Amino acid sequence: MKLTLGLAAALVAGVLMAPVNGWAQQKIKMGVSIPAATHGWAGGLNWHAQQAKAKLEKQYPNLEVVLVTARDVGRQANDLEDLVSVRNIDALVILPFESAPMTDPVRAVKQAGKFVTVVDRGLTDPSIQDLYVAGNNPEMGKVSAQFMKQKLGGKGDIVVLRGIPTVIDNQRVDAFQEEIKGTQIKVLGMQYANWNRDDGYKVMQDFLSRFPKIDAVWAQDDDIALGVIEAVKQAGREKEMFILGGAGMKDMIKRVMDKDPLVPADVLYPPAMIAEAMEITAKHLVEKAPIKKEYIIEATLVTPENASKYYYPDSPF
Amino acid sequence: MTQSSMPELARKPSAGFDLKLWGPFLALAGLIVLGTLVNPVFLSPANLANVLTRTAFTGIIAVGATFVITTGGIDLSVGSLAAFTAGVMIVVMNALVGPMGAGMGAGWPVVLVGMLAAVGLGLVAGLVNGLLVTKGRIEAFIVTLGTMGIFRSLVTYLADGGTLSLNSGMRAVYRPVYYGGLFGIPTPVLVFAAVALIGAVILYRTRFGRYCAAIGSNDEVARYSAIDVDRVRLLAFVLQGLCVAIAVILYVPRLGSASATTGVLWELEAIAAVIIGGTMLKGGHGRIWGTVVGAVMLTLIDNILNLTGAISVYLNGAIQGAIIIVAVLLQRGTASKR
Repeated sequence: MKLTLGLAAALVAGVLMAPVNGWAQQKIKMGVSIPAATHGWAGGLNWHAQQAKAKLEKQYPNLEVVLVTARDVGRQANDLEDLVSVRNIDALVILPFESAPMTDPVRAVKQAGKFVTVVDRGLTDPSIQDLYVAGNNPEMGKVSAQFMKQKLGGKGDIVVLRGIPTVIDNQRVDAFQEEIKGTQIKVLGMQYANWNRDDGYKVMQDFLSRFPKIDAVWAQDDDIALGVIEAVKQAGREKEMFILGGAGMKDMIKRVMDKDPLVPADVLYPPAMIAEAMEITAKHLVEKAPIKKEYIIEATLVTPENASKYYYPDSPF
Repeated sequence: MTQSSMPELARKPSAGFDLKLWGPFLALAGLIVLGTLVNPVFLSPANLANVLTRTAFTGIIAVGATFVITTGGIDLSVGSLAAFTAGVMIVVMNALVGPMGAGMGAGWPVVLVGMLAAVGLGLVAGLVNGLLVTKGRIEAFIVTLGTMGIFRSLVTYLADGGTLSLNSGMRAVYRPVYYGGLFGIPTPVLVFAAVALIGAVILYRTRFGRYCAAIGSNDEVARYSAIDVDRVRLLAFVLQGLCVAIAVILYVPRLGSASATTGVLWELEAIAAVIIGGTMLKGGHGRIWGTVVGAVMLTLIDNILNLTGAISVYLNGAIQGAIIIVAVLLQRGTASKR
């Protein structure tokens, strides 16, 4: 009995003293929470996160990166709790599934005294984050619309394939529609294709049956675009239209590079942004390097002229 | 005395209530009318070919599911298994093309090996599910919920979280399996018809088919009647695995890729098709042709919604749900008016 009490006391003392005597300082822990690879872009995200983890742990021997992936908002919130209470992280890099529901769980992490980096999807309360690294969704819609206007000469019939109903998708589509306002570009139809090839293929088949003349397709995402390409080819209507995807998948960049007339351009929304966020955060944690509060990665238009710069043949995406 | 009157009682409703049997077909006819009203393009041969070809994947899987459900089981793993099988098939074919050299390597022998790999994997997966249910004595729901997660993770792992793509030379060779056809009928539709026909023969005309129904209505009675219940159940799962493999063989040449999103929710679509078709979820009654109609209906709903701009895309799911419920209501409603 006495022994157990003594043991418990020692344990408690050990735990209390741990942060003081540098036991925890030996390893700086960075938690990274991202959505699981449920679609192509997220697959690229996972790949880049793993690459960055390997690279950073090699670069900084006293850094430990804890990478967790979640299939939905609820699980991601659980992950955050575990990262703080069980894994005892010093900093969190998070790509939230959804902006609004993840805001409070991230706030709790911040209140526990952790450094917080938010990637891609902004929280509804931006004061929580210490660092924000993001692609620019409205910009992506705008750049896509500008390309459409220029390529179509401001006039034509197009169809739009949307992603999964989320803030990101809305931002892109709203900015796109804002930009084509006042032109003679007419959106014939709009449907969700859930950022996946099979749905892109199906929805496009039906658009092709429904509309005898389509001048262009805004697929918004490269996975959707690949499905669209197959449907257009099957219908034998390749000469009639062009397709604009988005993200920067290697297959699509390759097509742009090879001057495929169906795919004249692509708009970047690189999943590599997670690696960038992890690197900046790690540098700040380990080297105490000063940082900006915001890094916005622009939505670059990829054309045959600059495509080779954005071609990563080894990435799974 | 009660025993002798039992078969008659059982026969009467099925003979007298044609409406119950024809319910799914009526619902299908209703949908076709609706589709034509929404957009005349609906009836164009190209659109109908699209719809039927698309149905082939889930339809073939649903034929297998009809057997599993008839025996009173359920298989939730089919969508994930389809994705995993597609992934393995692509990996196998890509590996074979590599050493053989693209010049002579990319040919039908490689496709054939790929198909065999798919069939092998389908059968083994079915066997694993079946053995866990029969020998492991675990509920089919739990077993297949487990394997659903396992197969889904395996394909994600195979693809490194990304997408597996078939070698482009191989794609050119394999393409006709999806895009080609006989007498203007796409290959997947022909295969779907053949699978349904064979399924119907097995379910209605063989001892195995009758055993499936007997086990589904009452497995204790079936056991006392000297039916090897475990063996029949096991076979039903193996048959389901085979159906998944066939569906995958048709699926891979379409987009030449597999990823974590391949076949998501196919299990629910297959189960829905089976139930819309008049098979009871609790087992005992299997209807292959109903299943075929159910599968076609599910694709039609999507198709019709894509052909009209009248309904907000946000409501697609609600319309689908409502139509499914109405279709089953029609069938059950007519059955209760005895």
